[in-house]
Amino acid sequence: MVRRFLLLAALAFAALSAPVSAQQKLVVAQSEISFVSKQMGVPVEGKFKKFEAELNFDPKRPETSKIAFTVDLGSVDIGNTETEKELGKPGWFDSLKIPQAKFTSTAIKSLGGGKFDVTGKLAIKGNTRDVVAPISLTQTGGVTTARGEFTIKRLEFKIGDGDWNDTSLVANEVTVKVKLTITGMGAL
Amino acid sequence: MAMNSEVTPIARYSPVAIILHWLLAVMIIVSLCVGFYMTDLAMSPQRLKLFNWHKWAGIMILALSAVRLLWRLAHRPPALPDAMPRWQVAASNAVHALLYLFFFAVPLSGWAYSNAAGFPIVLFALIPLPDLLEKNRELADSIKALHHWLAYGLGMCVVLHVAAAARHHWIDKDRLISRMWPMGPR
Repeated sequence: MVRRFLLLAALAFAALSAPVSAQQKLVVAQSEISFVSKQMGVPVEGKFKKFEAELNFDPKRPETSKIAFTVDLGSVDIGNTETEKELGKPGWFDSLKIPQAKFTSTAIKSLGGGKFDVTGKLAIKGNTRDVVAPISLTQTGGVTTARGEFTIKRLEFKIGDGDWNDTSLVANEVTVKVKLTITGMGAL
Repeated sequence: MAMNSEVTPIARYSPVAIILHWLLAVMIIVSLCVGFYMTDLAMSPQRLKLFNWHKWAGIMILALSAVRLLWRLAHRPPALPDAMPRWQVAASNAVHALLYLFFFAVPLSGWAYSNAAGFPIVLFALIPLPDLLEKNRELADSIKALHHWLAYGLGMCVVLHVAAAARHHWIDKDRLISRMWPMGPR
């Protein structure tokens, strides 16, 4: 009796805790979340090495689909240690205090031809803003590649405020680029 | 001998060579000073500005040095005085050759370092220049050291050059610097 109850409980727990689409997965090693910021006209590229996603995306039913991303701001890779150290400071990412940026979709709209507008809330450094990320999907052999690019305003997230708020020096617009490799997504 | 040289008009560098010499002298000395000063600064908007101004100046020095080298190849400098000891001629030729080497090596190494560190150069924040190298963290550290030592080398040659000119002017009193003095013979 007790054993049977435990078994049932275990089954129920497994069923509840399993993600809705357990087979949909982000292949982090083949994905990239990068950005370009302009300093005195110089495009400076960076990327994040650590991020994860919860994907529940059905290309046929975008309106009920949901995606969420978590990005470790401390994993930023600019290519030089000096700048990376600076980026961790409170004036920039403040990555010791609030280590992660989060994106949660609120609405996904199909534009046809594998293109979608993903609207959602982006939270960085305790500031949340609505963003729209146009994404285009391509599929080959069960692997989906999603590419998208959108622009955020760094000062809306208090990134580089204070000493660095002069946008003629460091542009307010930051281009965010994503290239995601996803397995287990339904056909387009 | 001294009387004689007073009356002989001394052959001067061409006006273009003289202008390029003094313009580049100012640009190089200021860039060297800014370069050694800015690297010790903590990260700040002022530091970012200095780095970019330094890069722009370096590119201009590189371009003007190319013009200057071509001009020099096409217009031979006035001959050195016959009375000049052979060791001085050799030393002068060696320092001038080294100076020209550094005029190119220092800006080029700086450009390469900037690229390796992940910063393309955009001249005057307007004209993007091609990258000499791809972003590479390990290489950036090596090229940074190279740029630093080449800049020291250039600085040393500038000191030798100025010291030699001062010696000719105040000790030898041979009017050698009249060849390059901007305000006409003195």
